[in-house]
Amino acid sequence: MTTRTTNPAPELRVEQLHLAYGDRTVVHGVDLTITPGRMTALVGANASGKSTLLRALARVIEPSAGRVLLDDHDLHRLPRRLVARTIGILPQAPIAPEGIRVADLVARGRYPHHGLFRGHRSDDDAVVASALSATDALELADRRVDELSGGQRQRVWIALALAQEPRILLLDEPTSALDVAHQVEVLDVLRDEVARGMTVVIVLHDLTLAARYADDMVVLAEGRIVAHGSPTEVLTEQTMRTAFGIEARIVADPDTHRPIVVPRARGAAPSAQ
Amino acid sequence: MTTLRALRRRDRTRGLIVTAALVLVLVVLSLLALALGAVPLGPAEVVAGLLGLPGAPGSEFIVRGVRLPRLLLAVLVGAALGLAGALLQSVVRNPLASPDIIGIAQGASAAGVLVLLTGAGSAAITGGAITGALVAASLAFLLGGRGVSGARFVVVGVAIAFLAQGVLGYALTRASLVDAGSAYFWLVGSVGSPSWDDIGLVAVVLVLSALLLAVVHRMLAVQSFDDTTARALGARPVAVRVGAIVVTSLLTAVAVGAAGPIAFVAFASGPIGRGLRGRGPALGTAALVGAASVLAADLLAQHVVPGSFQPPVGLVTGALGALVLLVLLVRDDRRKEHQP
Repeated sequence: MTTRTTNPAPELRVEQLHLAYGDRTVVHGVDLTITPGRMTALVGANASGKSTLLRALARVIEPSAGRVLLDDHDLHRLPRRLVARTIGILPQAPIAPEGIRVADLVARGRYPHHGLFRGHRSDDDAVVASALSATDALELADRRVDELSGGQRQRVWIALALAQEPRILLLDEPTSALDVAHQVEVLDVLRDEVARGMTVVIVLHDLTLAARYADDMVVLAEGRIVAHGSPTEVLTEQTMRTAFGIEARIVADPDTHRPIVVPRARGAAPSAQ
Repeated sequence: MTTLRALRRRDRTRGLIVTAALVLVLVVLSLLALALGAVPLGPAEVVAGLLGLPGAPGSEFIVRGVRLPRLLLAVLVGAALGLAGALLQSVVRNPLASPDIIGIAQGASAAGVLVLLTGAGSAAITGGAITGALVAASLAFLLGGRGVSGARFVVVGVAIAFLAQGVLGYALTRASLVDAGSAYFWLVGSVGSPSWDDIGLVAVVLVLSALLLAVVHRMLAVQSFDDTTARALGARPVAVRVGAIVVTSLLTAVAVGAAGPIAFVAFASGPIGRGLRGRGPALGTAALVGAASVLAADLLAQHVVPGSFQPPVGLVTGALGALVLLVLLVRDDRRKEHQP
């Protein structure tokens, strides 16, 4: 836990990255550097390659060409457990072991810190407890995961990722099943972790929410990066046209001055339909 | 933090209680198995016979020569099947992924019967069963698609089970009536003709598997997530599944080779074990459940089923196992209906 605050987070970078499922190439030659200690939002239309890119950053899928580098080391040549202690990923629809209780689920996040012959220790309890309280899920510790509501479940999954104590946390649409209050709650938790030095990369569909919370935004379209920069630089009416194929007005949030995306219905003029 | 420690202590206490209770059940059933029979023995005679004390030569033969081998075979085969089923169900994350459903047991039986019909002895039958189980498992692995997971693996396995049944049916139609009769008895699953070689082989495979699983049990706990989460935690889900399939096949093969495919034990022990333990994978609990089930079923078959014909143990586990399956399904449905 101390290393997290003393060392700067490692840098994750991809070079000429191609990703494919069988013959179908999904990501075409992407170059990207994730700035350490910031929150980067990956956005783009459905099937633009965001989730695939995120999975490659976590070493879950192997590149068909190009490289993923963690502090200049090829991610796929580093030891599995070392990578698991550095990078955590919360997939879009994670599956919990049948009938598992919250405390037990989150405790399994300590796996990469254990050896073959070294199991749970009392200092693991401290990490699990702080992960559960960071996500406001401590009182759920004794509940069965399959009995929880969508919002509670999502907080528990984030607690699992936090218990892993990663320096870089990747999340694939962690807010998609949540109402607006729970979305804000989850993103606030992630902002807190960024404030403590964690790098967060998050796939989001809600562009306004992404612009509100992220430091950097990366826009993907058809497996290529079409824009990368601060939310204000990235979210333009031109980007909305190229990446999403829609007309939209971009206005500034009166409080934060961050961009808000207001889509226009087909035919330009706003109407009831 | 104190709550977490309390939760862990409660989990450990539950484990101890469940294990102690199952061991107690096994001890009681074992004493019954040694005492009951054509010549009923009292507790003192059972102990004397077991220890070979002087003054009870008759009971020594009955206990050590007749009843003990049958008891040991029932316990070991039950434990092997229970462990095999729970292991495969947990790594494939599907309660249907049990060796008696996805064709491993059927492959072992078909090959076992083919060998049996050549007139070979029990060692050759065991060898045939191991070969058949490994062939069926390799087929399921090769045809089940990359990663060996979920529904596709189970469906391919069921197809292999039918294929093995076809081979078996054909072999039986070519056999003489006498051969077919003994093959049939073996096929239902019976611990009635134990050999010390079989007992030794099942014991060795069971102990080695248990030691291996005790070392890698933390890997198995992470395995029960989806593959992406498991990989994110530093596990190798596909490699672990392949290893688990090999261990499951060996356990199933030696059990089937020694006693025939005793129905439903591999399938039902896992869910019962997880229910008692309150969480998965509960491999040890499932092994104890399997051992107690086969022993209890054999006692029922020998002493409770009326008539002069003693049915093989597989008939009893089959009948009771089907009931267990139905109860589990109905209860599961109820629980899902009550969910928010």
